Amino acid sequence: MRTVPPYRAAPLAAGALLALLCSLAAGAVDSAGMVKTLKGQVNILRAGQTLPVRVGDPVLEGDQLNTGADSSVGITLRDDTLLAAGARSTLEIRHFSFNPTTHDGRLDSNVKRGTLAVISGKIAHAHPEAVQFSTNSLTLGVRGTEFIIDAGEQP
Amino acid sequence: MTLHRPPARLALLALLALLGLLGACAAPQRVILLPAPDGKVGAVEVDSGASHQRVDTAYGGATVPQHGQIGSFKTDAASVERDYGALLAARPPRPVSFVVHFQNGSSTELTPDSAAVVQQILAELARRGAPELIVTGHTDSTGTDDYNDHLSLQRAQTVVDFLSRHGIAAAQMEAVGRGKRDPAVPTANEVAEPANRRVEITIR
Repeated sequence: MRTVPPYRAAPLAAGALLALLCSLAAGAVDSAGMVKTLKGQVNILRAGQTLPVRVGDPVLEGDQLNTGADSSVGITLRDDTLLAAGARSTLEIRHFSFNPTTHDGRLDSNVKRGTLAVISGKIAHAHPEAVQFSTNSLTLGVRGTEFIIDAGEQP
Repeated sequence: MTLHRPPARLALLALLALLGLLGACAAPQRVILLPAPDGKVGAVEVDSGASHQRVDTAYGGATVPQHGQIGSFKTDAASVERDYGALLAARPPRPVSFVVHFQNGSSTELTPDSAAVVQQILAELARRGAPELIVTGHTDSTGTDDYNDHLSLQRAQTVVDFLSRHGIAAAQMEAVGRGKRDPAVPTANEVAEPANRRVEITIR
């Protein structure tokens, strides 16, 4: 390992700080997707906090989206999966990972109540076994397609 | 209903009570398979733990009760629109893609028709809420995977720079190198194919 003369340590430290800041900023790129459509009252439950939702907001792995009456939200995931949650719905993105170079990844999403419309994306195309949607009564495997899940009104 | 036939009346009451109980239960959950805009139909595999069903026809569906076997049903476009029209309208617009090519032998100079593509991209961006551009470079099959991954990312970055010079914010673009994995024209390995040296710009 090279020794670092003291007069060069300060720029190196600044460089390290810059690298850290850049990696923090890059965290935004690692979102699962983005909110594209919005109607009525929708919020995201993230790490115990309830956040309002706007078009253009990132959706992260672990987020739970809740919609009110006469409300809906549309999300495009990074693998081009298109999701829409209808009125009085709860949608959780339990797991999302995607490598845009290889199209490897995994999507695991749960509809606790209400309705979800799905147009499957690149992970389902490359690795159908890596995509799963579920409710409290069913799990659904996807073979490259479009569908609706109606989980009904749950307590 | 007749009063002088009590057993029949009791049976009816029992039936009504049973229906009441069933009504109190949650309606079965449903899955409905939709055809793609081009008419293609994929498939979904529905599993309830107790049973399993494959749905692979347009507007085919599965019902999953809280307890018991998965059932199947068939619906149609009009019923889906009536029951789920608002839900389907909330889906984000489908991604659209544009392709640009490089001039013969060049890895930096785009073909002259690329300027027209920029106008189409700007029009598409104006139609969408919070649009993102995914700029994906591709190569032909000559050279190693590593070499082509690097080259395809370089091509993508060239196009990102080109688009940003035409007024598209770099912050809404992402450069991706897909190497030789997705040829436009499938070839054997180590085949020079100009049609595969391209960059795909997807707006979503």
